[in-house]
Parts: sequence; structure tokens; C-alpha cells
Amino acid sequence: MTFDWKWDFVWEIAPRLAAATLNTLLAAGSGYAIALLLGLALALGQRTRWPALTFVLRETLEFVRSTPLVLQIFFIFYVGPQVGITLSPWVAGMMAIGLHYSAYLSEVYRAGIESVPKGQWEACRALNMTTRDTYARIVLPQAVPQAIPGMGNYLVGIFKDTPMLSVIGVTELMQTANAIGSETYRFLEPYTLVGVIFLALSLPTAGLVRLLERVLRRKLGM
Amino acid sequence: MWDFLQTYGGRIAEGTAVTGAQFGLATAVALLAALAAGLGRLSDHWPVRAAATTYVEIFRGTSLLVQLYWIFYVLPLFGISLPKFTAGFLSVGLNVGAYGAEIVRGSILSVPRGQWEAAYALSMSPLKRMRRIILPQAFVLMLPPWGNLLIELLKGTALVALIGVADLMFVAKQINGSTFLSAEAFGTALVIYYLLARVLITPAMRRLERSMARRLGRA
Amino acid sequence: MELSAYPLELPPDDRPMVRFMNVTKSYGSLVVLDDLNLDIQRGEMVSVIGPSGSGKTTVLRMLMTLESINGGVIYIDGKPLTHMERKGVLVPADEAHLRRMRASIGMCFQHFNLFPHMTALQNCMEGPVQVLGLSKAEARDRSEELLKMVGMIDKKDQHPSRLSGGQQQRVAIARALAMRPRIMLFDEVTSALDPEVIGEVTEVIRRLVAEHDLTMLMVTHQMGFARDISDRICFFYKGKIEEQAAPEQFFTNPQRERTQQFLRAVKDAD
Repeated sequence: MTFDWKWDFVWEIAPRLAAATLNTLLAAGSGYAIALLLGLALALGQRTRWPALTFVLRETLEFVRSTPLVLQIFFIFYVGPQVGITLSPWVAGMMAIGLHYSAYLSEVYRAGIESVPKGQWEACRALNMTTRDTYARIVLPQAVPQAIPGMGNYLVGIFKDTPMLSVIGVTELMQTANAIGSETYRFLEPYTLVGVIFLALSLPTAGLVRLLERVLRRKLGM
Repeated sequence: MWDFLQTYGGRIAEGTAVTGAQFGLATAVALLAALAAGLGRLSDHWPVRAAATTYVEIFRGTSLLVQLYWIFYVLPLFGISLPKFTAGFLSVGLNVGAYGAEIVRGSILSVPRGQWEAAYALSMSPLKRMRRIILPQAFVLMLPPWGNLLIELLKGTALVALIGVADLMFVAKQINGSTFLSAEAFGTALVIYYLLARVLITPAMRRLERSMARRLGRA
Repeated sequence: MELSAYPLELPPDDRPMVRFMNVTKSYGSLVVLDDLNLDIQRGEMVSVIGPSGSGKTTVLRMLMTLESINGGVIYIDGKPLTHMERKGVLVPADEAHLRRMRASIGMCFQHFNLFPHMTALQNCMEGPVQVLGLSKAEARDRSEELLKMVGMIDKKDQHPSRLSGGQQQRVAIARALAMRPRIMLFDEVTSALDPEVIGEVTEVIRRLVAEHDLTMLMVTHQMGFARDISDRICFFYKGKIEEQAAPEQFFTNPQRERTQQFLRAVKDAD
């Protein structure tokens, strides 16, 4: 058996992995920010007066949700230049992750908005509030706490999907571990450490999301 | 586009077949793992519970890609060398199985308390109670979430291309690499994945849901 | 009747606060209101009663523009509510017109519909600040005064989930009044309440009738209350006004067969 864990080697590669962890967090964070905003726009876009728009959005999102993210990353990265848009790996990756997860988040928002009782909309109308104020001040503040668990799960989901960015050369954790492996021919430590880092970050995040959900509900008096 | 399909249609079909095989085998692994771990988490024996929980948390807490690389590149260092095809569906199946375990656990717990008590009152053995009374009812509850999970599983199989399994994703990447017909290569692959999900998996799951519901006399 | 046949405005000597003119409402083939004609005068309190499914709640919801209408025109203070003038004729109103006209109408609902994420005071201040553009200080003064009137000032910082049904409904009344409407609509405001708290809500409405110059339209199942405070009772049956009269006349000497049946049935139930 060739299993020999080398702590020296671990300490040697630790700084590189730490830097890569920051990149991974940055990628997950910016991908999530895009997905949060785009997802909201896509959810609201399905609630306009134009049924055709709703239909087109719904089918498109269904397509995005049913196809592999890794393929979407390739598609955006390689097809972009063909239509005259050359994207850096980072930008292409963020766009793919943001788009992919916005399809999921739009569903989370949609369910949240639909959980707000009809009477709330009617009360807003009776108070003569604008549609914008109705959403911003009454509906979304009630929909978001409903959506928090789903939103949190997809934050963890995005974080765990960032290794796919390595396929177009974004220097996040996986890419760094691959590089270390091919330089030193040692795979045990880098791949295992990557796993441990993911575990160490995603488990507490999941716990934090549950905590946030409880706090938010209490604060909103619900 | 037509030329593209004529030239590369055969290779794409081969890749799709490999994706189909990966999907089928990974589904089998996922179902077994989910059932074992889901029941394990409800076990009265703490070592069983601990083992099941460890499996679920590790596979849900890390990335499929990390698991795939670890199983393919690191396991050999422990003396377990798997061919890439096997490593592929095994990783995908184990990953999805961890999520499936939570579905299994949740649906068993949502079988009404009265059913457990009724089986107990008939002095059924725990094993018989689970097999004859609880699982059939839980099965109906878990089908809809499994439908979504199987779509995730199909998408997950695309990653096996990264360890060299010649699936649909792999073929698309190859064609892209040799011809730079990126839009056609990746676009065709995207459409095929979409069709597999929406024309095969989703309707099949719907049919299964309906027939299960009928067998339980609920439809 | 063609839309062009409706006046763009009612003449100055014939301007009730509310006029339903040939108003029809249907859902598919189900006709909920059939050719409704009803005037409500300035400062009048009209109670709408009738069996369920008679269309009485729809009358209020159309007036609040929560429901569109299929035919006819509703006028508020002589001006069309559901329609607006364009090139000399009436056309269905756009959102801007509805917003302008809706400003003079307030409504209280059966299930209160308070905003759960806001305190009682915040609920009352929301409209004045966001819609009327009042300063926070002005809105607070106005809201606190109204909460005082409905007897809820000591609970002003509570969220709705901490209030009883009767308390929530009183806050809802204050919230509607904070918009200074000229017309108030009460849609079965006591129907969802426990019997022992109905009195605290009817008491507030009683005081509104006595002390304010509001035009009010109320759908209710409480005959005694309706009789006490209304200027007129409107009995709806199958989408039409079957009978309307002053309360004394209506309850002591109903003219129509269906009214008599309904009143007997209600009395038996009590």
C-alpha cells in the first residue's frame, strides 16, 4: 500500500490552498450575488401582465435547471468568443453559475411570494399603494423569510459547485489541487484537504442558515 | 447544423449511450445507498446511526467533483483501483444517495404515527413492520422529490467526463477541441440533456407516481 | 347600454357620494351582480345584507376596485371611478386613474389583513407615509390619535400576531381611517371574531357613525347592529337588490316575500 500521509507536504501546500480557498469563497460569493438579483428579476418577470413573457421565462428556466452546470460553463466560455464576446474564465464562470442558480432561486422566490396571503395584496390596494411599494414594503418582506431556507441551501450549493470552474481554469481550490498534483505527483493530501476544507465551510454555513431563519422570523414578529 | 449532425451524430449517439449507462448504474447505486443510509439514520443502534450520518454529511458537505477525483485518484493509494467508468457512476451514485437518504428518512418519519402503532398492535416484528407497512407508504411520499433528484443525478453524470469517461459531455468537449464548433457541440449536448430530463425522466417518474398511488388505492 | 350613453360626470344637482349605474359583474357564465343601480348619499350609512352568494361582498370589492366590472359605470362624488374620459367618451380606467379615485375610499376586511411584519403603529403609518407622502412625525401623530380613538394606543408597538382578533380589527379600522377616506367600506368585519370581542369592534363603528361625516357601506350578518346604526338597509338576493328601506320599516314591515323569509331564517338562527 502506498498510503503515506505527509504532514510536511501538507504544511508546504497549505498557503497555496488557503489562497485558493479565498478565491473559491470569492467565486461563490459573487456567483451568489448575481443569482440572488437575477433570480428575483426572473421571479418578478413571471408575474407581469404578459402571459407570453411568463411562458418564455418559465420554459427557459426549466431548460437551465435541467442541463448540467459544467456544460453551461463550457458553453458560455467557448461560444462567447464566437459571437464576439471574449470572456475571461472568471467572468464566464460567474455568469454561468449566476444564471444556473438564478433559475433555482427564482423558484424559491416564486414560492415565497405565493405564500403571502391574497388579503395582503388587497390591503395594499385598499391603501392605494403602488405595485412597487406593495412588493418592496409588504410582499417581499414576508416572502423572504419563507425563502430563507431555500436561499441558504443554494448558497451552500453554489459553494460546492465552484470546483466546476476549474474546467475553464479558474484558480479556485480544485484547480489548485490539480496543479499541485501534477507538479508533485501527490494527490492524497491536496484532494483530501480540499474535501476537508469544503466540509469545514459548508457544514457550519448550513447551521448558520438555520439560525438566521429562526432569528429573522422572530424579528418580523411571525 | 445539419452537416454537423451528419458528421458527428454517431459519436454523439455513442456518448449519449454512455451517459445513459452512467445514469442507470448511478441511479441503482444511489437508491441502494439512500435506502441503507436513510434506514441507518433511524436505527436504534448508535454505531449504525453514526456511520449513516457520517456518510450523509461527508457526501453532502463536499462537492461531487471532489468526491469523484478522490475516488479516482486517491483511492488507488489505499489499494482500491477502480476503472474510470466504475469510479464515475459510483461517485455520482454515492453523492446523490446521500441526498436521497434524507428523502428516505423524511418520508418514513412522515408515515402517520397510527400506522406504526397499528402494526405494533398486530405484534409484527420490526423488520416486517418496516417492509410490509411503513416502506410501501413512505415510498409514495418519496417519489416526487426523487423525480427532482434524478434530474440532478443526470446532470451530475456530466462530471465523469472530467476523469475521461467518454460520455456525452466528453464527446462534446472533444468535438469542440478538434473543430472549434463550440455552439454546435455544446448546444447539441445541452439539448440532449434537456430532452433526457424532460422527455424521459420526468414523464417516467410521473407514471410511476400514478401507478404507485393506484396500488395504494389513493387515486 | 353603450358606454357613450353614460355621462362623463354627474350633474351638480344630482351627485350622490356613490352611484352604481347598471353595474354588472359575472365570472364566466355565473352572473354575480345583475344590472345594479344604487345611490349612497353623502354621510349615509348603508348596510348590505343577504344570504351568502347574493353578491353583497362583491358590491364592496368593486367599489374598492379589487374586482373589475363587466358592464355599467360606478361614479364617486359625480366622477367615474371604473372609467375615465378620453376624447369625449368613457373608456375603462387605467391604473393611474384608479389610483387617483381610490384615494377617497378605505376598506376593512373580514380577516383584517394587517401587515404581520409591522407593529400596530407601523401598520397605520404605512399608507400616510408611503402613499400620501406625509412626514413620519405627521403620520405618527395622526396614527396615534386614531389608535387612541379605537382604544389601541397602549398596544401600538405590538405586532398583529400578539393581538386578539378584535384588537387587530380595531387597528385595521385605524389604518384605513389614517388615509382620510371619504367613503369607508366594512366587509363582514365581525364575522371572523369570537363572540365576546365583537362588541369592541361594533362600538368603534358606532362612534364613527356618531362623530364623523363619513359615507359608509357595510356588509354584515349582525341584524341588530345594522338596525341600530344604519340609515338604510339594502337586501340583496341573487345578484339584485330585492328590497331597501330605512331600518325600522325594513325590519318591522318588510314588503317582499324573500325578505320576510330571510329575516325569519336569521331570527330562528339567533
